[in-house]
Amino acid sequence: MSTIYWEEEMETLPRPGLESIQLKRLQKLVARVYERVEPYRKKMDAAGVTPQDITSLADLQKLPFTVKDDLRDNYPFGMFTTSMEDIVRVHASSGTTGKPTVVGYTQNDIGTWAGLMARALACGGATKGDMVHNAYGYGLFTGGLGAHYGAEKLGATVIPVSGGNTKRQITIMQDFGSTVLLSTPSYALNLAETMESMGVAPESLSLRVGIFGAEPWSENMREEVEKKLNLQAVDIYGLSEVIGPGVAMECLNSSKGMHVFEDHFLPEIINPETGEALPPGEKGELVFTTLTKEAFPVIRYRTKDISRLYYETCNCGRTLVRMEKVTGRTDDMLIIRGVNVFPSQVEHVLVGVEGVEPHYQIIVEREGTLDIMTVEVEVSDSIFSDEIKNLEQLTKRITRDIKDILGVTCKVKLVNPRAIQRSEGKAQRVIDKRKI
Amino acid sequence: MRVEQIAVFLENKSGRLAEITSILADKSINIRALSVADTADFGILRLIVDKVGEAENVLRDNGFTVGKTNVIAVEVPDRTGGLATVLKSIEKQKLNVEYMYAFVNKTGENAVLIFRFDNMDRAIESLQKDGFTILKSEEVYSL
Ligand SMILES: [Zn+2]
Repeated sequence: MSTIYWEEEMETLPRPGLESIQLKRLQKLVARVYERVEPYRKKMDAAGVTPQDITSLADLQKLPFTVKDDLRDNYPFGMFTTSMEDIVRVHASSGTTGKPTVVGYTQNDIGTWAGLMARALACGGATKGDMVHNAYGYGLFTGGLGAHYGAEKLGATVIPVSGGNTKRQITIMQDFGSTVLLSTPSYALNLAETMESMGVAPESLSLRVGIFGAEPWSENMREEVEKKLNLQAVDIYGLSEVIGPGVAMECLNSSKGMHVFEDHFLPEIINPETGEALPPGEKGELVFTTLTKEAFPVIRYRTKDISRLYYETCNCGRTLVRMEKVTGRTDDMLIIRGVNVFPSQVEHVLVGVEGVEPHYQIIVEREGTLDIMTVEVEVSDSIFSDEIKNLEQLTKRITRDIKDILGVTCKVKLVNPRAIQRSEGKAQRVIDKRKI
Repeated sequence: MRVEQIAVFLENKSGRLAEITSILADKSINIRALSVADTADFGILRLIVDKVGEAENVLRDNGFTVGKTNVIAVEVPDRTGGLATVLKSIEKQKLNVEYMYAFVNKTGENAVLIFRFDNMDRAIESLQKDGFTILKSEEVYSL
């Protein structure tokens, strides 16, 4: 199968050409934010850097990081570079703690974003002939509208179904013949489960590709979703602070992650503890600098997502760097008795056990000075037995696998089917009751 | 010779058992025999009912995990030593019992022992050879 590109020249540009474009865009950006955005100017002054100091891409490392708190401190519009006259849209991400972060777009930004999202969809194999079932939430969250504009730009037919009302979504898939599903991976599982309960066979639908993102998910989860929905599942990456969905996208023949659209976003991997930049291939926190955004550019924005970068050219012909599937976040990392634990690792273990459904919840409590991690697993028909010893063997096996892979001892609690709340957006995997 | 038994997963015991029995009662499903096996963390309710398929569906619709297993019902006279004779035979034949429970039928004359063996065919054959009455499923459902 030959690759279909949306913007072939940019997607296959030899790296020296790409890097020279990146440098020019970076220099322009730094000069502009230094002039127009006080918080950036103050930070750069404090670090003793001026826009003239940026003479190579490596000089990026001289610039201070931007973190979510910078956006909160300047809530709502303090980090915008343009006057509100030129802002045509805002989005906001919910803050679990404190204020939300607000991002803005000019007309050009909306155009850029739609183009990038169209590029992402094409990269995942969607074409103008597709019926795109967009189950990302519409609203302040960037997922719904971001994907929507991109799919329209691609020329596909968009069903702006948004999240929720799952049974109706399945009826729509049947009646309209949805071919491409856009949703969070946890919602895709919710759809699959609801289909099963309605007696709808995945083969009876026309789904071909599922483009899943907005939360970390494991390779095992991919297999599960592919099997249950009878489609090819690909990963998309984005976050509202950078632009929304369409920052990076997996191609159909990559085994090493998602192509970062580097002509617009400059990625780095840093050590989350020291802030020091790490060499290609090393695992760490992903940091982005936007190169083309007008209203709300960011410089060295710390995403808290954990990934690594691969620079070799992909089989698909794209020269754009690939970022490994995000396996966790520096902030959803749990420290259990001194061991770092990511929910995605627990998911990986569970999906690896025959018959176990990937619906789980991790509960962390503190008894005295000891952290207790309990993993709740639903008892599906396929793992249920009328004999105690079989269920005990199952919980022992999960406990042992988690111990082997994560290095922590946990309790496994079997719960009734559907006892764990289903996601209509991002799944809540962890309940940390330790508030010390 | 085999009786279908329903097994239900109990996340925690308090309240759930009452919930299940009232769900079944609402559908006029009669419970013939019942036993609960449990650990500190969860339990398994085993039931013999008169309408197996209906019971399975209604429990599933109410969000329970339900399984079906075949068991054997052995009838013995309800008098001293009744149970002992069966157990002796089982031991002699080296049959492996996974679990068992018992109940007394309405007339109070006979006790019915419910067994799950690892090898059900061999168990039926051996018990019959030793002269025990193994009830047919219809007989058990209508006890
Ligand atoms: Zn590729």
